[in-house]
Amino acid sequence: MSEKIRIEIAKPGLDGHDRGAKYIARALKDAGYEVIYTGIRQTPESIVATAIQEDVDFVGLSLLSGAHNELFPRVVELLKEQDAGDIIVFGGGVIPEEDLDFLKTHGIQAIFRPGTPISDVIAFIESTRKGHAA
Amino acid sequence: MELVTDILAGKTRAVARAVSIVENNSHDKEALIDALHDYTGHAAVWGITGPPGAGKSTLADCLIQKERDAGKKVAVIAVDPSSPFTGGALLGDRLRMQTHAVDPGVFIRSMASRGHLGGISAGTLDAVKIFDAAGFDTIIVETIGVGQTEIEIIELSDIVMLVLVPGMGDEIQAMKAGIMEIGDVYVVNKSDKDGAQRLKAEIEYVLMLKEQTNGDPSPGILMTSSRDNTGIDELHIHLTQLYHERTRNGMLSVRRKKRIKKEMDDIFNRKVQDLIEKELSLSANSSTWIEKVYRKEIKLYSFINNTLAEFERSNKK
Amino acid sequence: MPESIKNRKKEWERTTLKKVLERFPEQREIFTTGSDKEVDRIYLPEEELKGDYLEKIGFPGEYPYTRGVQPTMYRGRLWTMRQYAGFGTAEESNSRYKYLLNQGQTGLSIAFDLPTQIGYDSDDPVSAGEVGKVGVAIDSLKDMEILFDGIPLDKVSTSMTINAPAAVLLAMYIVVAEKQGVSRDKIRGTIQNDILKEYIARGTYIFPPAPSMRLINNIFEFCSTEVPKWNTISISGYHIREAGSTAVQEIAFTIADGIEYVRNAIGVGLDVDHFAGRLSFFFNAHNDLLEEVAKYRAARRIWAKVMKENFSAKKEKSMMMRFHTQTAGSSLTAQQPDNNVIRVTIQTLAAVLGGTQSLHTNSKDEALALPTEDSVRVALRTQQIVAHESGVTNTVDPLAGSYYLEQLTDDIEKEAWDYINRIEKMGGMVQAIEAGYVQKEIQDSAYRYQKAVESGDRVVVGVNKFTVEEKEPAGLLKVDPALGKIQAKKLQDVRNTRDNRKTSDTLQALGEAAKDTKTNLMPFIMEAVRSYATLGEISNVLRKEFGEYRESIVL
Repeated sequence: MSEKIRIEIAKPGLDGHDRGAKYIARALKDAGYEVIYTGIRQTPESIVATAIQEDVDFVGLSLLSGAHNELFPRVVELLKEQDAGDIIVFGGGVIPEEDLDFLKTHGIQAIFRPGTPISDVIAFIESTRKGHAA
Repeated sequence: MELVTDILAGKTRAVARAVSIVENNSHDKEALIDALHDYTGHAAVWGITGPPGAGKSTLADCLIQKERDAGKKVAVIAVDPSSPFTGGALLGDRLRMQTHAVDPGVFIRSMASRGHLGGISAGTLDAVKIFDAAGFDTIIVETIGVGQTEIEIIELSDIVMLVLVPGMGDEIQAMKAGIMEIGDVYVVNKSDKDGAQRLKAEIEYVLMLKEQTNGDPSPGILMTSSRDNTGIDELHIHLTQLYHERTRNGMLSVRRKKRIKKEMDDIFNRKVQDLIEKELSLSANSSTWIEKVYRKEIKLYSFINNTLAEFERSNKK
Repeated sequence: MPESIKNRKKEWERTTLKKVLERFPEQREIFTTGSDKEVDRIYLPEEELKGDYLEKIGFPGEYPYTRGVQPTMYRGRLWTMRQYAGFGTAEESNSRYKYLLNQGQTGLSIAFDLPTQIGYDSDDPVSAGEVGKVGVAIDSLKDMEILFDGIPLDKVSTSMTINAPAAVLLAMYIVVAEKQGVSRDKIRGTIQNDILKEYIARGTYIFPPAPSMRLINNIFEFCSTEVPKWNTISISGYHIREAGSTAVQEIAFTIADGIEYVRNAIGVGLDVDHFAGRLSFFFNAHNDLLEEVAKYRAARRIWAKVMKENFSAKKEKSMMMRFHTQTAGSSLTAQQPDNNVIRVTIQTLAAVLGGTQSLHTNSKDEALALPTEDSVRVALRTQQIVAHESGVTNTVDPLAGSYYLEQLTDDIEKEAWDYINRIEKMGGMVQAIEAGYVQKEIQDSAYRYQKAVESGDRVVVGVNKFTVEEKEPAGLLKVDPALGKIQAKKLQDVRNTRDNRKTSDTLQALGEAAKDTKTNLMPFIMEAVRSYATLGEISNVLRKEFGEYRESIVL
């Protein structure tokens, strides 16, 4: 039995557009990962508690309401506060280009915008995962 | 081991890491579980099983609340199958319990079966021990049970609830498949739906037959609806009383010893297998041996008996 | 089909077609619509003439309304051009509405922010980051007064995308109108008020199904006597399609929702012909032009039959499916956003050729952010060009009689009935949702579609083919991040200046009334609103009595 990559897919904020989040969750499962799906209307607090209890390697956040600049960094901050800063956070949704730098500097390691093929997400997971093992 | 100290102190991250260690079958697993051994045995372990869509997670969610109201710390292990093709898994059970995610007295862990048959994962039993040692009073293990094969939940729980719902057409199916044999408590969930009373009557009938043939006392059948919270109090009281009763009359220790026996058998078997593999270089040699058996150069039984006898002799020296 | 055509077709296949196929094979083996329905090479009269023309297609303005709900359609009056808008504070949205009315828009469509849609005040911790983001923040009557300041409510019709707390926002609207001196029987508009599709696809639910259905019945009953020109519900397939359903699933699930509402209302003793005329629908307009047109025609035909045969409606109005359309948000691409203008044009044609009563056209930049004023204007101009320059408005149901279209209409109708009947067998839509059936069907379609895009099987121009390196356009609309604080301050002022004793009395009365399932809550909500109780306060009183719904997810 070998180690499995575990990924939490969560929707912070209040929007109910979960088509993308559900697609990613299902596609990552098909790619062989263990995906923990938490559903809509999650607070940063519940997302972080879940990440720690589930001992995930990655947290993927999906948001379409425009509240990403407030909510994504909060997740990273709480992970650090709870001694879990090693968990890698990535995000997706309707996110304008001009916000990308802000999110990167606040610890969101990758942003996948509409139209990104799933292979890009998998490539990111595989490369950062190796980076951590090294 | 610093990890052990942290687990015993109930530190969330340590407990989560430890569960990953047993789940991944990492090399430090055995030392970890032995180090925790003396601290286990306090928690009540409740199994919840039933077909998909029976409302198990929602029921677990209600029971968490009841246990929290009673001042207990609760851990939940929710097991779902891994895909046999990709090895991936989509674990969504905790979604229905997510209101408890930030409660420090509740720990929810999703586990994928990772190819293990029997309805649980290979690490589930050890995960129960970790939560036990970490000071959780009640551990709820949720599994999907639809057939006779997914019954390992009985072995690891002190009490098993079988959850069924009316109108899914699987009531008769469930009985045929034999999972009706496994419950200590039967729960007819979504009892506000049509057919709930009929389902209850059907279960009563099957249990009556069982009682007549085995002489076992009939387990309870409870009606719940987690949607409007009816029957949850009754179920909770029933579970608590049953647990106390079993502690008092010694049934609990009988059951736990059975569990140890099963575990011991399993570990012995696995270790012996590993040993044989190592000593006889089984996988390296097997193709040669197969070839010889196929060409009628050796006979299956005598070859194996001779090989083992040889192995025994060399070990005695 | 006449023998002569049948024989001729065989001959054509043997000779003309065969010769060409040998030298130039077709580009793919199977051709499909945007919803993955197989499409034949050609359609012939045989398909069209199945069944009786008069019975199946008939005349516009007459049962079964396949060709449209009015006899003259756009020759009489164009559809209502209604751009969904709203963001930030009530002040900002108010000036956007005035701009749109000045540009020739004929109705308002209010977008509320998520806290408002889910019944939370702007200063509630769960509202963090969401205030004013996807729509305007409304916390109390005060905000609603500002929102419609200077807009005469007897002149415009207003559509409000509000569901779980629809009763509260409607009450606010009525009170604002009263303050303008406009009586209830004069105001016109629509509340979405469609909770079932929130459970299925959109996610802004608050209460469980039973009390939610009660609130809807309360609104039906109240409006049928008090606010007769108000459309009390907009039964929406739009979001079901956005969640990834097929065209068939969109209309099937929407009509199944409609059946559930009608059955519920009849169940509490309402007369079907009393409320059914105020039911309206809301559909998506996607890229596959002919499939979309067929979809609207099939939907009208099904609804007419449902109302006449299942619910014994007598009034013609009760059988007419009137609907609003919005172009497909999910079809917009962040890549090469100018291309979206063309997509929206095709979708506009689909809606108009399908006989919509009103239309919202999306703006090209909506895959990136909220639309700017400039891009909203282009979107509105798209409608105006189709209305005034394309000529498609000159005759009623112009595509009728196309062999392909009529066949597609029949096929879609048949497949939709299959779904509707299956859901009925499960005990209706509420049961089907709780079993996760509907959600699962949609997710599977969405997954298949996305896989096809990823594999390149389905071409999305600018995304998986014909791509370019590009920089994102500048000047996207940004909502002030300090808005949450501004709105919280306004809310505090309301709480400080109102008669708090009176507010808490009205809230208490509402809570009491909620306990008796027979009581209509509308008058109690009106009183609470009038006393400047906030949306969050009112919703919390009801949360306490009704409980909260939780997602039933199936993956």
